[in-house]
Amino acid sequence: MTKDFFGDTAVLLGRSLRHITRSLDTIITTTIMPIAFMLLFVYVFGGAINSGSHSYVNYLLPGILLITIASGISYTGFRLFLDMKSGIFERFQSMPIARSSVLWAHVLTSLVANLISLVVVVLVALLMGFRSSAGVLAWLAIAGILILFILALTWIAVIPGLSAKSADGASAFAYPLIFLPFISSAFVPTKTMPGPVRAFAEHQPVTSIVNAIRDLFTQQPVGADIWIALAWCVGILIVAYIFAMVIYRRKIS
Amino acid sequence: MTTEHVIHVQGLEKSYKKLRALRGVDFDVAQGNIFALLGSNGAGKTTVVKILSTLLNADGGTVSVNGFDVATQAANVRESISLTGQFAAVDEILSGRENLVLIARLRHLKDPGTLADHLLDRFSLTRAAARKVSTYSGGMRRRLDIAMSLVGNPQVIFLDEPTTGLDPEARIEVWQAVKELAEQGTTVLLTTHYLDEAEQLADRIAILHGGRIIVNGTLTELKQLLPPARVEYVEKQPTLEDVFLAIVGDDGKDGDAGSGRSVGTDE
Repeated sequence: MTKDFFGDTAVLLGRSLRHITRSLDTIITTTIMPIAFMLLFVYVFGGAINSGSHSYVNYLLPGILLITIASGISYTGFRLFLDMKSGIFERFQSMPIARSSVLWAHVLTSLVANLISLVVVVLVALLMGFRSSAGVLAWLAIAGILILFILALTWIAVIPGLSAKSADGASAFAYPLIFLPFISSAFVPTKTMPGPVRAFAEHQPVTSIVNAIRDLFTQQPVGADIWIALAWCVGILIVAYIFAMVIYRRKIS
Repeated sequence: MTTEHVIHVQGLEKSYKKLRALRGVDFDVAQGNIFALLGSNGAGKTTVVKILSTLLNADGGTVSVNGFDVATQAANVRESISLTGQFAAVDEILSGRENLVLIARLRHLKDPGTLADHLLDRFSLTRAAARKVSTYSGGMRRRLDIAMSLVGNPQVIFLDEPTTGLDPEARIEVWQAVKELAEQGTTVLLTTHYLDEAEQLADRIAILHGGRIIVNGTLTELKQLLPPARVEYVEKQPTLEDVFLAIVGDDGKDGDAGSGRSVGTDE
């Protein structure tokens, strides 16, 4: 069964990766918004923002990376929804394969698609003057946090993907996630915000994740932020996974 | 019992919240037979197919396919069956050939490429093999869909309304494919709300109504039960179809349009 699981997941992953390579526009559209935000904030608002950092693009990039992921997973929900609607999901489920590999192939595809988008955004940031002194270990740590974040949001995306009634419903859940970084330390330091907003900003997942990535980029000691960030990612991942599984089970009973 | 009847359904019940969709359905299908489940929309035909293909759990009753219980031996059931659902479950972004190769890989078959080419040929899709399925016509899509169900030669095939939404020519192509299957010993359960489809194909016909099988028998047995008015309506349809096919000609496969012709005009 486990041998089947890996083999079947690989075959199905190959299938959905083909979807991505044949519709590269989905990757481009998911990177347009974060890149537009980056241009807007660096070249329009950035001059007026006192971030306490020498280079605003250096300050901004971690938050932009999270927005990239939040915008990328809307396609995860959409792709899963299309499979549900076309009946191909049921075809796979009625075949002698490891059933869970159907969902896992979608999850891994989401991971690959988002990583490609992230690379595109980082390349644009480099063109805009982003520089980091981070070593290999720090980059690996950043990659690790981002992968965890992608997986956490992907399992959130699976929920509407399985249960949505329309294509819009399957992808609309991403909008609040895209705007969450605005009420965090992603664009401006939280200390300028009024009390309640600041309290929210400092206790929501994006701030700790952004701070941890920013510290890794600038080779500062990461402190408690990285543990809080990891706890958020793992926590969201587990809760979303459980919810997704409950809905998945209900679909097949 | 299990050797004789490939599909065995007894006392099958299923409810969706308060709606009792199936209230004690019984029927058996013998090996190599084509069994038609006839019923109006919403009669519960799809629910029966979903339970038989292990996509839904029954609330009560026993259901076995190829001797395996669908509830406790679902994996064995899935080895024995293939499902062609109500909508052509094909991957639009892949080509026709890639769709077939995908299914062959998932079934862990040797040489998926040759197998795919073989099926493409059998369903007259060779010319369209490399094209994206999103460019296919409804009939081509359905043919590919059925070809995908035949990968790995499953013993039992479920066809849920296989010809709904197809034009008469495509419908006849699907019928031909189904007949060939049964000739090769495959057991076919198909659902339909077209009386003539059941008439054309089925060895046995069961009518599902109000969550129960109200009649189950051969066409001859059933004809005696149907009110004469309805029989007349069934007999009329092929005539119109004959006219249509005679005018259009049967050389229109793969979307080649025939030459235009008009009726009743002076030249």
